[in-house]
Amino acid sequence: MGQLTNRSRTLEQKPLTFWESLYLPAIFKGMAITFGHMFKKKPTINYPEQKRPFSPVFRGLHVLNRDEEGRENCTACGLCAVACPAEAITMEAAERQPGEENLYREEKYAAKYEINMLRCIFCGLCEEACPKDAIYLSETFAPSDFTRKGFIYGKENLLIPHPIKDKENYEVAKGQREQQIKNK
Amino acid sequence: MAEEIKKLKVTIDNITIDVPQGTTILQAARMIGGEVVPPAMCYYTKLQGSGGKCRTCLVEVSKGSEADPRPMPKLVASCRTGVMDGMEVKNITSPKVLDARNGVVEFLLLNHPLDCPVCDQAGECHLQDLGYEHGKEATRYEFKRRTFEKHDLGPYIQLHMTRCILCYRCVYTADQVSNKRVHGILSRGDHAEIATYIEKSLDNDFIGNVIDVCPVGALTDKTFRFKNRVWFTKPVNAHRACKCCSGKVTLWQRGEEVLRVTARKDQWGEVEEWICNECRFEKKKTSDWVIEGPTHVSRHSVISQGHYEKLSKPAETFSKVHDERKPKLLMDIHSVSEVNDPSIDLSVIKGPATGKVFEQTKKHS
Repeated sequence: MGQLTNRSRTLEQKPLTFWESLYLPAIFKGMAITFGHMFKKKPTINYPEQKRPFSPVFRGLHVLNRDEEGRENCTACGLCAVACPAEAITMEAAERQPGEENLYREEKYAAKYEINMLRCIFCGLCEEACPKDAIYLSETFAPSDFTRKGFIYGKENLLIPHPIKDKENYEVAKGQREQQIKNK
Repeated sequence: MAEEIKKLKVTIDNITIDVPQGTTILQAARMIGGEVVPPAMCYYTKLQGSGGKCRTCLVEVSKGSEADPRPMPKLVASCRTGVMDGMEVKNITSPKVLDARNGVVEFLLLNHPLDCPVCDQAGECHLQDLGYEHGKEATRYEFKRRTFEKHDLGPYIQLHMTRCILCYRCVYTADQVSNKRVHGILSRGDHAEIATYIEKSLDNDFIGNVIDVCPVGALTDKTFRFKNRVWFTKPVNAHRACKCCSGKVTLWQRGEEVLRVTARKDQWGEVEEWICNECRFEKKKTSDWVIEGPTHVSRHSVISQGHYEKLSKPAETFSKVHDERKPKLLMDIHSVSEVNDPSIDLSVIKGPATGKVFEQTKKHS
């Protein structure tokens, strides 16, 4: 069988010279490199105290969006669920009743909406599929846990805080991304 | 020897076929099949007098017949034009036709609310398919879309007049399939609407078929309303011994629940056999039906995303290699998840589910 590439080389195995067999010079050379790194700029940061800014395309935990009046955007159309390659999204729809107009934007809404974060691969296809501007991947990490139970995120975990009643948390949940893009 | 049935030669998009006298261009094209078939929104083979309203099936006749080879001056509605011997028709090979069809689709969508995310017809809607194939990406219409007063058609049928394209199929169905028609089209022009004049519910037998013939989401099944998206339900062919109809239906299931019952449809999206109201609205249990197997769904349809038709589950090997020991279940999804709760049976709820239905189970668990 012929060679697949021309990069293979035959290994020459010569016996060590006297200088090499002492080992010490090579050890000191290696130690010098290690010591030299102490005076270089640190590439790492102390994570919980210091945080790096998120990239504008970062895809973290999902949020379910509300409109300016605080009504839920999601109509349970199922496009995120059908787009989801990991089949992490499930939902159940209900009809909006008279008197609930300030809660839901359209006549149909998601009574239950769940994302199984154990399954989710954070690909962002749900965000792309959404016709109602309802689901976004935010600038938060999925937290770690010892059990599986906490990873089924329901609407109470996903919904963005109310933009009028809970403005502070709403701004936090919205993240810095919009501002970053504006500044540019 | 009996008189031979005269066959007419017709050429559609350079494909020649012999058809019996009295065939329309659309039917001849359907005999050929494939891409040369013009789309039809209002024409329905099983309804007499249907067709000629939506204008999506326009074709160009480049040669009238062998006897009179002049082309027809204008595009003709293929569902209403009979073929002549030696006729030559251009459908997808004519840029004029494609352009006209684009215009027709734009007109049909002019007043359409485009509420597909809410609409129960989404996924099996002919207007969606048509818009996808021929439509433009955006609308040029700047004015307010027409709206109507809500009109209640009773416990079974939900009317969304804003979605209607006035194809008249439901009117013909009520006339020809059910025993009595109580609804019709009121007013003229832009104000034309499907209604019953005096609020009256549609409940005569066989009236449920108007749901199946509706090409858009104007008439939908109230017992299925918002229960699930069409493409997440599993279509299976089933039958039962019914006194008044053939009993051959398609069940749309989620697990063992029957969320919706419809008539079986052929490749043109037309009902094969009409079914009665009892089969459609009352028999929502799997035990009511004899299941034949998964319905064939074209792979171009989003409904085929479940791949039920050729689904073969690999055999469970765990217990075989582990001395009959069952695999340990790390978490029962129902213990955490509130979706698809086994204690709620959506199929038994008469209308659409409300927030209350789901709240009750929250307290329950």
